[in-house]
Amino acid sequence: MVELTLPKNSQMTEGKVWPKPADAKNVREYRVYRWNPDDGQNPRIDTFYIDIDDCGPMVLDGLLYIKDKIDPTLTLRRSCREGICGSCAMNIDGTNTLACTKGMEDIGGTVKVYPLPHMPVVKDLVPDLTNFYAQHRSIEPWLKTVSPPPAKEWKQSHEDRMKLDGLYECILCACCSASCPSYWWNGDRYLGPAVLLQAYRWLIDSRDEAKGERLDDLEDPFRLYRCHTIMNCAQTCPKGLNPAKAIAEIKKMMVERRV
Amino acid sequence: MDMRTPLAKVRGLGSAKSGTEHFWKVRTTSIALTPLLLFYVGFLVMYVGRPYADVVGALSNPFVATINALTVIASVIHMRLGMEEVIQDYVHNESMKLLFIVLNAFFSLLIGGLCLIAVLKIAFAG
Repeated sequence: MVELTLPKNSQMTEGKVWPKPADAKNVREYRVYRWNPDDGQNPRIDTFYIDIDDCGPMVLDGLLYIKDKIDPTLTLRRSCREGICGSCAMNIDGTNTLACTKGMEDIGGTVKVYPLPHMPVVKDLVPDLTNFYAQHRSIEPWLKTVSPPPAKEWKQSHEDRMKLDGLYECILCACCSASCPSYWWNGDRYLGPAVLLQAYRWLIDSRDEAKGERLDDLEDPFRLYRCHTIMNCAQTCPKGLNPAKAIAEIKKMMVERRV
Repeated sequence: MDMRTPLAKVRGLGSAKSGTEHFWKVRTTSIALTPLLLFYVGFLVMYVGRPYADVVGALSNPFVATINALTVIASVIHMRLGMEEVIQDYVHNESMKLLFIVLNAFFSLLIGGLCLIAVLKIAFAG
């Protein structure tokens, strides 16, 4: 839904400025989005100061410093701390990325942290990804075959396996989808870059026998064709993938099967 | 209260099984418009400031009239499809969206009709 101004109850207010850690020599300022569903207040931006001599180098380390030593109510998702689980996707310094792989060093000045844009917020930095996961489920991201299963395994040549490179690495962190204006405006009907990249990963898999049905399900003015090649997805992907290219390849397949 | 499952919401009314035609027409008309508009701009540059009779004479040349008619057709198709994309992107009220899509189609037909009649009138009646 296009919303150029935030609804009244989403407008951000200045939050609390937490005291600087005592005896810290090198301090870094964090400005963090806070919202609590239980207190009936508008979202606020809290200011924290972290002692970088007592903290790891990544933005996630800073957030965990805040949670451990300043305010334990700060709510965020994190798990692997090495860019493979996709849990700590958030908007840092104006770009969607993973807090665990974004170095504080790479950010000039204050570290500004918000949840993924245009997603419903559960609490603080935790977005509600229900719709995103349901969209992933809707493209049936598994191998579909009708031929009798082989005795050992479905075979694939080295060349065909290489076609999955740049696709299988996607960790479904939702950074790309949450950076896409088309997904912001039509996220209920447009599948978004992450899910379309996953759809292409199955379309291009030489072992899959459901290519036609997969294309049928995607051929829709909203599901696929809301992509206007804005390229925010490729710009923001913390894994360096290119969802825009995957979407272009799907569009090529659509044209290829009719000309 | 919407108690459908998230998957039911995402699946919605299913795939429209269309959109590629739209995509393909936008691309082909833009390819066609590249030489057509170059010709059109070249024509304007050549004939700007020339006497009325000269311009009408040139416009009624069968080749020039054909190119102009094709330019009108390709631009109007391209304009209608492009505007439709904008409406689908930004208008979310279902009845407003339907109304705008119909008005957009009628407006494009009107503009296309007027321009084509003008081209043909000059070509045949001078």
